[in-house]
Amino acid sequence: MALNLTVNNLSFKYDGTQVLEDVNIEVKIGEMLSIVGPNGSGKSTLLKCINRILKTQQNTVLIDGEDTSKLNLKELSKIMGYVPQNSTNTFPFTVFDIVLMGRKPYIHWSLSERDTEIVAEMMNYIGIGNLAMRHFNELSGGEQQKVIIARALAQQPQFLLLDEPTSSLDIKHQLEILCILKSLAKTKHRAVIVAMHDLNLASRFSDSMLMLKKGSIFTVGTPNAVLTEENIEAVYGIKTHVTNSVLGSPQVTPLISEFNGIKPLKTTPKIETIDSRA
Amino acid sequence: MSTTTELKQLYQKGKKRKILAMLSIFLALLIAVVVSVSLGAGSPGFAEATQVILSKLFPFLNIDPGSSLTQSIILTFRLPPIILAIIAGAGLAASGATMQGVLRNPLVSSHILGVSSAAGFGAALAILLGVGVLGGFGEYLVVVNAFLFSLLAMVIVYGVARIRGITTETVILAGVAIGFLFSALLSLIQYLAPEQDALHAIVFWLMGDLGAATWDSILIVFPIVVLTVALMVQQSWNINVLSMGEEVATSLGVNSKRVLTITMVLETLATASIISFTGVIGFVCLISPHIARMLIGSDHRFLIPCSSLIGAFLLLCSDTVARLVIQPVELPVGILTALLGVPFFIYILASKRRQNWR
Repeated sequence: MALNLTVNNLSFKYDGTQVLEDVNIEVKIGEMLSIVGPNGSGKSTLLKCINRILKTQQNTVLIDGEDTSKLNLKELSKIMGYVPQNSTNTFPFTVFDIVLMGRKPYIHWSLSERDTEIVAEMMNYIGIGNLAMRHFNELSGGEQQKVIIARALAQQPQFLLLDEPTSSLDIKHQLEILCILKSLAKTKHRAVIVAMHDLNLASRFSDSMLMLKKGSIFTVGTPNAVLTEENIEAVYGIKTHVTNSVLGSPQVTPLISEFNGIKPLKTTPKIETIDSRA
Repeated sequence: MSTTTELKQLYQKGKKRKILAMLSIFLALLIAVVVSVSLGAGSPGFAEATQVILSKLFPFLNIDPGSSLTQSIILTFRLPPIILAIIAGAGLAASGATMQGVLRNPLVSSHILGVSSAAGFGAALAILLGVGVLGGFGEYLVVVNAFLFSLLAMVIVYGVARIRGITTETVILAGVAIGFLFSALLSLIQYLAPEQDALHAIVFWLMGDLGAATWDSILIVFPIVVLTVALMVQQSWNINVLSMGEEVATSLGVNSKRVLTITMVLETLATASIISFTGVIGFVCLISPHIARMLIGSDHRFLIPCSSLIGAFLLLCSDTVARLVIQPVELPVGILTALLGVPFFIYILASKRRQNWR
């Protein structure tokens, strides 16, 4: 049973551009860490590097001190699960089929009783049992996101990486998904690393936050330490007012009047394309 | 909320339904074989045909095989094209299902990876010049040349795709480009062909024909198709996972480049060995997987075998009709597969309420 995940001096170049530089992270089982930062700051790339979808130098991602680049993909997929930002499928697969794919690392050819058992359990845990025989492409965005999380859970990983799992969902689904993730960390003995855009949701659900600026860690710590007016202005370039919400977590309110001061033509807007995310 | 046990039962029920669907298609295929044997010029009747086949299949049952004339009509003329149709249909459809899945593209067929135009070019070259890349094959000159050029096309596609790293996009783009290259060369040969006879032979080859099938050709194609299709089915889980995208596949422990390479080689071997003997039969490869998907869904463990059955059935029916329409002339089967396949496809599309592609 793994206990912690360490990222040591991780750097990554994409077609000659430095996307990540000298990133250090430590996450323990039972924790929920959120990664925030503007578009193009390297959040998605960081998750992909941790999961070795993108290859980095040796000895940068360690689990309990063991270098993960020594594991093969299959071994790693039993320890780490990944939920991408968007999931599409060209062909009609049922929800059950999709969640079953999470058992891929364990299946040789035939399915065991245990495989279908775990798939059914995970679907019920996430609350999508009633969708089992529906086609994935027919579901709403929120439902699809739950299916993909169930698939990642079917891998029985100790570390769960999610790339903006709530960014295209309504407020109820956002809360539902984040509650599931939080309870996974707290009661199911897992560590959850989640890239997020919504600072207030991140602050409310995370144990710690990591703020990226142009591929480097700007600051890391508790939501209270990270979400300060100074940090947000330095990283996002906007003025905000940070208060304590009724629940005690920091609450960020962007100051609209400051937007009027920004002259869009003087700064080149960063457009996030599929390429820059990859 | 369903319980875990209920969910498992639901899944098992779906699995049974898929197996039942495949058994029904298999039964339809058997019926089609018997009907096909008993139809056509100078044909034995339905009962006699069944008798001969049964007596040859199960010699220990001591079934009366009938007259030697009937036997030789059935064994020498009727059965070889029928069996080749089944093998070819099954192999082409399985290749189509595999490549559509791996490349996540419903439009993929053997045409798109350049295999069939390369085979056509190789065959045309052999027909026109009477020489192959390797001499001394006699009657198999055209076959061997078509096969070698198909492999050549795959090697070029693979090499070109590797320049930017093997991904679905690079494979499709390289395949289309190389396909066009060989089509152009093929057109050039047809344009320059000096004699009418050679040109006619080339066009005939390109339209696909099962009439010339012999037991010898079956003995060569059968083992290749069985082996490659079995290996494709073995890749089913990888193909399923890959259909969610290469990044997801990696996170589920699947090396997508490796799977792409393996399936490309299998697809080429199966398709090339078939169309080298039959000529270009492209349509079953494209359409059978779609029909199968509408019937049993996209899990490749079931989809590849089911596509094979449908491909075999479609090609056999097409060949039978091709033989019967204007007797005694036999139409090229390549024409009939599209003429029959499209209405069949539209029928299934219309009778299925569920939307399968979005």
